[in-house]
Amino acid sequence: MNNKDLLNLIDITVSFEGFLALNKLNLNLKKGELRAVIGPNGAGKTTFLDVITGKVKPTNGDVIFKGKSLVGRKEHKIARLGVGRKFQSPRIFENLTVKENLEISVTTPKSPLNLINKSIKDEQLNEIDRLMKIVNLAQKVDSKAGSLSHGQKQWLEIAMLVGQKPDLMLVDEPVAGLTDEETDLTADLLKSLSGENTVVVIDHDMEFIRRLDSNVSVLNQGTVLCEGTMETIQKDKKVIDVYLGRPED
Amino acid sequence: MSFIKIKFDKKIVLSFWIILIALIIAAPTLLPVFRLNLLGRYLSLSIVALGVDLIWGYTGLLSLGQGIFFALGGYCAAMYLQITSSSEFPNNIPEFFALYGVEKLPFFWEPFKSPIFTFCAIWIIPALVAGLIGFLVFRNRIKGVYFSILTQASLLVFFNFFNGQQKLINGTNGLKTDVTQLFGQMVGSESMQRMFFWITAFLVIAAWFFAKWVVKGRFGNILIGIRDDEPRVRFTGYNPVIFKTIIFSIAGGLAGISGALYTVQSGIVSPQFMTVPFSIEMVIWVAVGGRGTLLGAILGAVFINYAKSLVSEALPASWMFIQGGLFILVVTALPEGVLGWIQGDGPRNLLQRFGLKRKIETYPSLEINNKEGNNE
Repeated sequence: MNNKDLLNLIDITVSFEGFLALNKLNLNLKKGELRAVIGPNGAGKTTFLDVITGKVKPTNGDVIFKGKSLVGRKEHKIARLGVGRKFQSPRIFENLTVKENLEISVTTPKSPLNLINKSIKDEQLNEIDRLMKIVNLAQKVDSKAGSLSHGQKQWLEIAMLVGQKPDLMLVDEPVAGLTDEETDLTADLLKSLSGENTVVVIDHDMEFIRRLDSNVSVLNQGTVLCEGTMETIQKDKKVIDVYLGRPED
Repeated sequence: MSFIKIKFDKKIVLSFWIILIALIIAAPTLLPVFRLNLLGRYLSLSIVALGVDLIWGYTGLLSLGQGIFFALGGYCAAMYLQITSSSEFPNNIPEFFALYGVEKLPFFWEPFKSPIFTFCAIWIIPALVAGLIGFLVFRNRIKGVYFSILTQASLLVFFNFFNGQQKLINGTNGLKTDVTQLFGQMVGSESMQRMFFWITAFLVIAAWFFAKWVVKGRFGNILIGIRDDEPRVRFTGYNPVIFKTIIFSIAGGLAGISGALYTVQSGIVSPQFMTVPFSIEMVIWVAVGGRGTLLGAILGAVFINYAKSLVSEALPASWMFIQGGLFILVVTALPEGVLGWIQGDGPRNLLQRFGLKRKIETYPSLEINNKEGNNE
């Protein structure tokens, strides 16, 4: 652990009635880093995000974010500290318009009084315009989010994540169900976000991970099996055994 | 497309408003005072329905206990009227106390000697009780059907408590208001009842504007977000507990105002306001009128209750079957309620079924944009 790190997971163990979803997991992220996390089904990838965002309380261990422990904090407090999350299947508010979805994400402070009293600030409206251009949804501003295509929903959720201005973005399977072209665009988008933001991407799609050109952590049975660049992990014997050699698993 | 849709919606809503306001203005001259009084009562019920729509239609909280807050408002109003009209009774306290040997006004009724206090208590007390119950429930993340059961259980607790307190609130007999005095006039008199009708009509419209103000913009969007995907709202940095507590408390306050208006127009408040069926009926009004439409809640409350009294006069004992049938119809055929059905594609689809209108083909959005220029 050093003070350049944005996030440290220290010996995280999560036990669901005896089943160890995470087993002494250690992981450190530097500020501005882009990190891919891969692993076979059941390796604990989503639980790993649940622990950081406060959805699941670890049985053991600690999560340090910007020098503060996140364990025991409520989800919305963790989000306000600067942890944003994109879910596996797109989770957007389908009955609201694209613009309303983005308003919810960019609004600060997120208190009822602010929401009911004041109209949205100009700089937040500008931010919404900027986000809609980035994800190519400018023409869909007033459409119900539920009417968007699957790919557009994925991007809207990414835009909502960016709009939250989190220091740490946790992105769970952003390219599931996207076309190749959309996948490439998403990879470029995530790469452009890193540097200023710290981004963790979880995915199965090896082509997509390769395109991210980042450090990769391989999770297996709730613990980090191996870390390094794509080349390093592809040569790693243990990784080949549990994952790359048997992609159907 | 959405621009046209909004205009289309507005037209429907506007025409319903015109009908409603025309009815309200015409009613005092057209209706005999008995009918006018009934209409006034049903209009006051539409205020509690607005609250139900806010918590259920917008926020997804199905409360079966709104009768608690409705009755609290009613008791506040009735007790004030009883206290101010008690000068000729022993000890200058309401008559019923004498029956149970109470000689001094219970301490918590003391502030109700003041009209200003009562005026505020009618909505603040129910709102506070709702806020407290709501906060405890929401903080523990009790949701969905468990929330509904809990609100119904609270209702039964209040019902039994109020039933048993003869010495404080005249127990199961309730508090009568029609023979009390207000501004030197009998509350049950025709001129007072006419005045209450106007006050009610004004407050219904004011309550609608207030509810509209609450749900417009980002606050309302968060409520819809909580209804559709609460964890997502949480992970975006909002605390749903506070939002739910606020809206539940607002609905409680509206229920209190509604209960007070209903009490002065029906002449009595009693624990019957807290029976289980009555609180479920409130939900039915909103379901039939149209969830999440606000206007639908008002129309549902007024028309169902008016139909109830007309049907009950003509065919006694048949109303329960009609009400049950209505609810089944809405659940199976009109899940969005009548107003929701009209605002959606209901009438068009019905015409299509009878072959009176051309069908929309596979990609409605394309077709509508290019040819029809109508709603989605």
